[in-house]
Amino acid sequence: MSEAPDRILPLDGWHVARGARMVSFAGYRMPIQYEGIIAEHRWTRESAGLFDVSHMGQLIVAGAEAEKGLESVLPADLAILKEGRLRYSLLLTDDGGIVDDLMATRRGDHFYVVVNGATKEGDIAYLSERLPRTVVLDHMKEQALLALQGPKAVDVLARLAPGVEQLGFMTGGAFALGGGAAWISRSGYTGEDGFEISLPAARVAAVADLLAGEEEVKPVGLGARDSLRLEAGLPLYGHDLDTTTTPIEADLGFAVSKRRRAEGGFAGWPRILREIEEGPVRRRVGLAIEGRQPVREGAIVVDADGDEVGKVTSGGFSPMLEAPIAMAYVPSASAEPGAEIRLVQRGKIFQAKVRPMPFVPHRYHRKGAA
Amino acid sequence: MSVYYTEEHEWIRVEGDQATVGITDFAQGQLGDIVFVELPEAGRQVTKGGEAAVVESVKAASDVYAPVDGEVTEANPALGDDPSLANSDPEGEGWFFRLRLADRSQLEGLMDAEAYQAFVDAP
Repeated sequence: MSEAPDRILPLDGWHVARGARMVSFAGYRMPIQYEGIIAEHRWTRESAGLFDVSHMGQLIVAGAEAEKGLESVLPADLAILKEGRLRYSLLLTDDGGIVDDLMATRRGDHFYVVVNGATKEGDIAYLSERLPRTVVLDHMKEQALLALQGPKAVDVLARLAPGVEQLGFMTGGAFALGGGAAWISRSGYTGEDGFEISLPAARVAAVADLLAGEEEVKPVGLGARDSLRLEAGLPLYGHDLDTTTTPIEADLGFAVSKRRRAEGGFAGWPRILREIEEGPVRRRVGLAIEGRQPVREGAIVVDADGDEVGKVTSGGFSPMLEAPIAMAYVPSASAEPGAEIRLVQRGKIFQAKVRPMPFVPHRYHRKGAA
Repeated sequence: MSVYYTEEHEWIRVEGDQATVGITDFAQGQLGDIVFVELPEAGRQVTKGGEAAVVESVKAASDVYAPVDGEVTEANPALGDDPSLANSDPEGEGWFFRLRLADRSQLEGLMDAEAYQAFVDAP
């Protein structure tokens, strides 16, 4: 099988110059690590990590029918979404499967939507087909995306883009940063306080230099991005979510807003409503694995007779807990915290226990909270 | 005492009919942070090119192959307590297991340090 060569992102040379090991991911050449995954992971939890996530798809959905159109394909209540506020949501199939997960922000007369890098082309095709003809869909290919994550991210960014410290979790706004404008939101994928910064690709290297020049900041690769989101209990599309999983099975019921749940009018509603009322047959749970050996994606969940009843969708070693952790789909009867789960990987049996997620507490900056 | 290297990035240090096996510095660098090592038990027969150990980094699991045939005589107990020894001192304290050589002639197909370095440096 021949594969297309990896596409090159705007910060490619920047990563290489900082000693990153580059790998193929989502069709792009991307940094997996710089000094080491565990060190970068801990640095993010203690200080501030700079992530290049420019592979992600940044979309503008505009037009008088944009809100209504988006509400037909995702279960969020966009009608009550205020200016500059973000919502986590899911693009759905007609039978409630997940096409992608995303962040949608109301921004003036349009919605700014960030989708996964590996799925963006499919998402665009799906949206083009499903949204009303009056809705304009723009893929901002010349826009880069950085994430600055960790407890010191706010100190750093407040020095360089004064005012960002006023943002609460899941809000965003336009700020001056490094001599130009950037859209900055207080959000991320690590469980830590932090920001995501959307700016023109032509300026991203200068801004990355500016951020990485601060003593609290180190660049962090995809390896730690994955271990951080796993500890935070956040699912990864294509692994923990796909078109065969529903929001309720995936334990993402919070993304199905109250009004939408009652009124419907979005793809997959009948099945989702049924699963809310009757319970799903299986559920995504967190697992603490006995011993030190990690259990990876693809390991199977077996019952007492050894028959396959589920599967591990993400697994690895938690640098903060210094223990193996995983996410898996298990039968609902075994999905409560404390339930004993038996796993098989490469012919070897592992014991695990369901435990609540996140594995490491979130430290988001929620306005109104202390 | 001689040290040989494999194309799978294991080293084997031979003293008489006894040998010590581990992974090379290049291998540990490629694997990244090692968090667990599954080692063969004493008494197990391993065969050249066959799976002998599993090394788990944060990212992924990788097999470690036996460089030669032999009987495992000892696994490194220190790796159980501190798997990161395989990162910090891969060709010393971070050794994986010892074995009794079954067929010394198998060593002839392996690389010496210079040949291994050239192998690693090849584009």
